[in-house]
Amino acid sequence: MIPAAFDYLAPTSVEEAVAALTQFGDDAKILAGGQSLLPVLRMRLNAPEVIIDLGRIEALRGIREDGDAIVIGAMTPHSVVGKDPLVAEHAALISEAVVHLADVQIRHRGTFGGALAHADPAGDLGAPVLALGAEFVIAGPSGTRSVHADDFFVDLFETAIGEDEILTEIRVPKHTGWGAHYAKFVRVAHQWPIVAIAATVRVEGGTIAEARVGMTNMGSTPLRARSVEEALTGQPPTDEAVRVAAAMAADGTTPPSDLNGDSSYRKHLATVMTRRAVLAAAGA
Amino acid sequence: MTATTERPADSTKEIGKDRRRKEDQRLITGRTRWTDNIVLPGMLHVAMVRSPFAHATITNIDKSVAEAATNVVTVITGADVAEEQGGLPNAWPITPDQIAPVHSPIAVDRVVFAGEIVAVIVARSAAEARDAAELVDVDYDVLPAALDLKEAAEDKVLAHPDLGTNKSAYWTFDSAQAGTGGNVEEAITKARTDGIVIEREYRQQRLIPAFMEPRSTVVDPTGEQITMWSATQIPHILKFLLAAVTGVSEAKIRVIAPDVGGGFGGKLQTTPEEFITFLLARRLGKPVKYTETRSESLMAAHHGRDQWQKLTLAADKDGKVTGLKVDLLADMGSHISLVGGGVPVLGAFMFNAIYKFPAYQFNCQTVLTNKTWTDAYRGAGRPEATFGIERLMDELAAELGVDPFVVREKNWITAEEFPFTTVAGLEYDSGNYEAATARAKELFGYDELRAEQMARRASGDPVQLGIGVSTFTEMCGLAPSRVLGSLDYGAGGWEHASVRMLPTGKVEVLTGVSGHGQGHETAFSQIAADRLGVAFEDVEILHGDTMVSHKGLDTYGSRSLVVGGEAIVKAADKVIEKAKPIAAHLLEASVDDIEFEAGRFSVRGTDQGLAIAEIALATFAAHNLPDGVEPSLDSDATFDPVNFNYPHGTHLCAMEVDTETGQVTMRKYAACDDIGNIINPLIVEGQLHGGLVQGIAQALWEEAVYDDAGTLVSGSFVDYLLPTAADTINFDLDHTTSPATTNTLGTKGVGEAGTIASTPAVVNAIVDAVRHLGINDIQMPCTPERVWNAIQGVHKGGATEAAAMPHFDPAEPGQDSTEGSAQ
Repeated sequence: MIPAAFDYLAPTSVEEAVAALTQFGDDAKILAGGQSLLPVLRMRLNAPEVIIDLGRIEALRGIREDGDAIVIGAMTPHSVVGKDPLVAEHAALISEAVVHLADVQIRHRGTFGGALAHADPAGDLGAPVLALGAEFVIAGPSGTRSVHADDFFVDLFETAIGEDEILTEIRVPKHTGWGAHYAKFVRVAHQWPIVAIAATVRVEGGTIAEARVGMTNMGSTPLRARSVEEALTGQPPTDEAVRVAAAMAADGTTPPSDLNGDSSYRKHLATVMTRRAVLAAAGA
Repeated sequence: MTATTERPADSTKEIGKDRRRKEDQRLITGRTRWTDNIVLPGMLHVAMVRSPFAHATITNIDKSVAEAATNVVTVITGADVAEEQGGLPNAWPITPDQIAPVHSPIAVDRVVFAGEIVAVIVARSAAEARDAAELVDVDYDVLPAALDLKEAAEDKVLAHPDLGTNKSAYWTFDSAQAGTGGNVEEAITKARTDGIVIEREYRQQRLIPAFMEPRSTVVDPTGEQITMWSATQIPHILKFLLAAVTGVSEAKIRVIAPDVGGGFGGKLQTTPEEFITFLLARRLGKPVKYTETRSESLMAAHHGRDQWQKLTLAADKDGKVTGLKVDLLADMGSHISLVGGGVPVLGAFMFNAIYKFPAYQFNCQTVLTNKTWTDAYRGAGRPEATFGIERLMDELAAELGVDPFVVREKNWITAEEFPFTTVAGLEYDSGNYEAATARAKELFGYDELRAEQMARRASGDPVQLGIGVSTFTEMCGLAPSRVLGSLDYGAGGWEHASVRMLPTGKVEVLTGVSGHGQGHETAFSQIAADRLGVAFEDVEILHGDTMVSHKGLDTYGSRSLVVGGEAIVKAADKVIEKAKPIAAHLLEASVDDIEFEAGRFSVRGTDQGLAIAEIALATFAAHNLPDGVEPSLDSDATFDPVNFNYPHGTHLCAMEVDTETGQVTMRKYAACDDIGNIINPLIVEGQLHGGLVQGIAQALWEEAVYDDAGTLVSGSFVDYLLPTAADTINFDLDHTTSPATTNTLGTKGVGEAGTIASTPAVVNAIVDAVRHLGINDIQMPCTPERVWNAIQGVHKGGATEAAAMPHFDPAEPGQDSTEGSAQ
């Protein structure tokens, strides 16, 4: 498994990286951990002329608190995100999802921003950041801009990041005190989820005051189950009440069919996993 | 032959000790010599161009661009070497009229499976070879492909139009004809009127051996001998067949299997890649290397299993089986490979398993298709048979409404009945199914789990519990050369060993078996140390190089210990016999008065004696030997057992089935295996753990799936699901001991036992969990979707939907010229 030859650039600043992207355009690919890119290169499914490795840009690494948000640098490895106390306290849904992402090796090599920019609809991070309403900070030749999660995921493997742009950080609004659960349905531990549900809820006085539900691998992008969220609001976190709301999870979705299950089976799974995720998030 | 939990610990004996494996440090750290590590001066690298089509005529190959690429030495097509490349051997023509297509290493004018080699690049680096492979332009006329096994058996589309049929061989056994039992048709007819007939059709899905180290070959033609290093299980057989196929003198070929990273039968093969690199090295006069990629390995290294089993079991109303009829279709894939057709035949003797069936018939049709060729995969024929019969015995119990053990006890061979000649004509030497079962049930907590199952069923728990039973036996330790000959197998089954006593008292043991992860160096050292009375650390096991271990039949079929280990015993015994007259001479005693124990030759009734090391040194010096005695203790032995070897065991599996999702989760797995005397309990545990997981993986996860065009959909580990430690539970294992009577160590093979036993235990458990919902079968692998569909009453005909997950789509976000072609 030898990739075709390519040139390798390892810029040390975002500006340098953007300049390189501007120069090489669609001849270049960004290496941001490489857990998806390297197999593609090795299997010769793609042969970019230039690889721009973001691994040496220190500014893209790390997690900090910034007012109402937790800011995760795009090149922060999953393993670091999974162990981070700020994330655990203010965005528990992300902690829940990231600790079971793929396997140990991938969690050490793969990066938070790299996985999101790859935009595999079966990736574990899209649904949680969508549910939490994260903002994506993107740097380009004319400076930085911010894109809301609702607008970030465009299609299968396609995001709002432009050809000459780089995802630099993900700003996650604090959901302090919210219960969270990522319910992942797999056959073996290391595989991409067949379906997964990211649920986080704020329970107040015995009822669900607010709920956010994201869905993994239920379409060509991560999806948000808004009708479920609305139906949950004001309901008690009981099996009966949550079951009614969760039954709407798959409405309007067109999940894929593959060796692990066809579209209609995935739709069924989504309703069951939504109920379980919400109940677990609510501590019920 | 009683169930024991404690193993007798004789601290002076190596056999029975939990020795840590000698070879593990170098294997685990990778500081060793794998074939792909080998670098020779001037070595060239090889890359293959493979067909993307399952069946097509090659109309043109333009290699000019590839030939002109940087550092490309040559590009060769099948047509270029059609006269000299020869054909890959089939060592087991199962019937005299077996139809087998010519198996050219490089396809000449037609390709017959997706992955077949059509051109070969030789370049100065592996990367340049790979780059040039992309530049070969092959024109194909696509032909209809024979893909579905049942349809292929009807000759609807021909895999090889020139042969006129897809049917390769029809192999049968009938107990009435063989004189080993009654007439099965009569038994079935009778059961239809006044008994029970269970008729089922089971699918043995296609599996991929998925060894850890990809296959790799280095050939060096620059010496007097042509040396081939290969990641193979069978260096000796490979050497013989290279000579037989190419006409090169066997004495001019040396084959080395250095450390080899797993095989599971997948490296019990002589491969196109081996023959191609051998040819290239000879042509070019330079060393060449080829290492397959993982994708190539999954696509073009041989697959395993792939059968449809039509089974008819006749029983009387009390559950006593009166007859079993088996009709198999076995998918050979594109060619009849080394052992290919023989794999289902190995199952022919095992469908009757541990039972006293009065009548038995086995019919097998081997079928050619346009898929990767199949051959041995851990268990080879016996897992398929064991699955069939153990599923049927649970079905019979369900039909009768009794516990699965009730029908087994009614039909199994009892401990007093050994040795027992079965309806398939084999003589089982020893065993005790009652003892193994009693211990397994105890380990498992059988009654408690049954009670929990009933409680969950009664309460309508969404998570139901099922218990699966598998009381397996198998024939292994291949072996008896006469029997193999009677089955038209192309070789014997003996094994060879040499023991060299070095002057310093150290010992070199040469074995003809060829370990590839089993722990031979450790277990064989324990045997030699005990036999010769030397320290474990003083024994070195040498293997896998035909120049060192010049004679052998290699490693497969759980034969290494029971055949190869016994050869070591016999060679060591000869060393002792050769040492005795020398000891007597030095001790000035009569040979008749010399006793040997714990490494010391002593004069009976005295305290006079010499250690074996002292004799070894004296023999080396040869200053004072008796007249006419050769100055050597070194000895050879070749052992050919009179029978196969029959490990058995009772395996119990509890599975939880989430009826809301179809998810299946293993709750408990307990097994009591009887593998006779144990040399190294730690190695046995390792073999069982790995074997169990491999069998469980067939039940739950693994399947090689092709799409309608004959492309392997499960062509990467994204879609071919292998389990990891995260997907398994702790197994509760114990042993009973019924020593084999056909080798002096009393050992039985364990390499395949876990794999053979576990698959039906898991599926029986899943079916048992949902049987009350009207379900009596779920096709393997029992995916959550299949289980859920079964619960919904949806029977989808079994075929796995052929679509891969799209994770390796080349289109990266916003950055790729192929953007838009995603999906």
